Amino acid sequence: MRTSDTTAAEESRAEADTVRGAGALLQTWRLLRRDQLGMLGLVLVVIMVGSAIFADLIVPYDPTQIMVGPRMAPPSWDHLLGTDHLGRDTLSRVIAGGQVAFLVALASLGAALSFGLLLGLTAGFGPQWLDNGFLLLFDGVRAFPVIIFGLATVTLLGPSLWTVIFVVAVTSIPIYARIVRTQTQAMKNNEFIVAERAMGAGTPRILGVHVLPNVIGPLLILASMDVPLVITTEAGLSFLGMGVRPPTPSWGTILNDGYSYIRNSPWPVIAGGIPIVITTLGFTFLGEALRDIFDPKLRKDL
Amino acid sequence: MWIYFTRRLFLALAIVAVAVTLLYVMIHAVPGDPASIMLGPRATPELKAELRAKMGLDEPLPIQILGFFGDLLRGDLGTDVFTGREVGQIVFEKVPFTVTLIATSIGWAALIGIPLGCYSAIRRNTIVDKVTGVLSVSTIAIPSFVMAIYALLIFAVWLKVLPAIGAGAGGLLDTLTHLILPAFAVGVSWVGYLARVVRASMLEVLGENHVRMARAFGLPEKRIVFRYALPIAVLPTITLMGVGVAYLLSGAVFAEVVFARPGIGALIVDAVDSRNYPVVMGCVVVTTTLFVAATTLADLINALLDPRAREG
Repeated sequence: MRTSDTTAAEESRAEADTVRGAGALLQTWRLLRRDQLGMLGLVLVVIMVGSAIFADLIVPYDPTQIMVGPRMAPPSWDHLLGTDHLGRDTLSRVIAGGQVAFLVALASLGAALSFGLLLGLTAGFGPQWLDNGFLLLFDGVRAFPVIIFGLATVTLLGPSLWTVIFVVAVTSIPIYARIVRTQTQAMKNNEFIVAERAMGAGTPRILGVHVLPNVIGPLLILASMDVPLVITTEAGLSFLGMGVRPPTPSWGTILNDGYSYIRNSPWPVIAGGIPIVITTLGFTFLGEALRDIFDPKLRKDL
Repeated sequence: MWIYFTRRLFLALAIVAVAVTLLYVMIHAVPGDPASIMLGPRATPELKAELRAKMGLDEPLPIQILGFFGDLLRGDLGTDVFTGREVGQIVFEKVPFTVTLIATSIGWAALIGIPLGCYSAIRRNTIVDKVTGVLSVSTIAIPSFVMAIYALLIFAVWLKVLPAIGAGAGGLLDTLTHLILPAFAVGVSWVGYLARVVRASMLEVLGENHVRMARAFGLPEKRIVFRYALPIAVLPTITLMGVGVAYLLSGAVFAEVVFARPGIGALIVDAVDSRNYPVVMGCVVVTTTLFVAATTLADLINALLDPRAREG
């Protein structure tokens, strides 16, 4: 049982938090620090994102320069992760590959979020027939298994970085749009919306000022938890030779090259797979911790 | 009940129709037409025109789409331009390989994952539960193609205990040993998924009134778990497995490529490589239909077992 004192105290604290944005951040940080797996996730994410941002500064060699060392060399002090079949430095390629992975994640999730928001708000706030039409369209797009859809798109557009971004964006839009639509519809008949409408506010104002801020929070958390999925799709398509074109390094192309020479040297394959696993684990742990802090309702497993 | 069944089946058909139409429209929205993509940059205009006529690409778009649906209903997926064989035949002879792989993967994952989740829920917050939790997240986090390559590296290249290539030359034992590594790679993250979902739904069910009632009657814990809680707790896994067919199909694509197994995945990758348009289309249509059929089937089974699901 809560006493009225603690409720009042909580309320005043909540108020203080909204007054000072830094306070809310600090609060999140305190909660996150208690979650060991969440902290591990944060550390992994910072390492991977950091090395991608500063890739040009920290790569020991030019990632596309061939014969900087012997071919297929095992790890040594000169080449910490060994070299590949063209004598390129694997560590440099792994670091540069991270840049490609996060570029794809940022671009495709950004596009998917914007279009998803737009379509979701329209479907949720528009007339019934439009809503039904959109729903059928969303379900139609979601009926393609992602990799299969990706392969079909590559046949049309040819393999490239932009094709990968396009594929991920198109297949993610329906997911976000559906969530936005549901939330918008739930909010549509809330009293504060009705009051706003009675005061003569137009649809753009209601959507922009009242609905949008309420749906964007959960959406961002979900998007950050989708980062591993995007990175996996990019690496997967690149592994099949249908994504990023050589000589651009990507974790998928490193795996592809390594796979062809797996009987000669295991190192390229090991080096190409580990960053994918680390990134995925990092974002998953961090995402789950943040979700528990911000919005326990989003939990699917409890 | 029957109303729900008919509505769900109708919706499934509508979704497949929309998906196929989208695919068709997308092909035409893209700059450059299929004929010139297939023939490459050095094709003469006459060659292109001939191929376009052969593929029916010179007719207006709505007519093409209607024609495509008509062919689909007759089971005609078009003709492979390179070999002249029927696409339907090419695709369907690969379907059994992929379905076997998917079924084996989800099968072993369910056999391990469901009991693991159940055990974690009963022995909540013990070491076993916590280790299972972390392991579940970790297996979910490792993409199936990374898992496939690592499995190939460890068991086929280093230890040399399992065959790495192909689907076996025949004979049950040979087929099975060739299935172990791919099925492991495709299924392992499903152990994690299923364990998590079963654990969560088991915890929920164990708190429900009928379970408390059974406890109050003094029924043995074993009977409560296996007779009254578990049958309800596994219900969400059915829906999950239906939706999961999409991920399993993607996983199968990678496993088939890594282990050089025949199957739809290997077929579509080859077809994309050689720009074999009709075969790519055929594979997409068949896999999409398979996926929609799986989710629909899962929903129907769910509705059959759980009356609450029929209302939605």
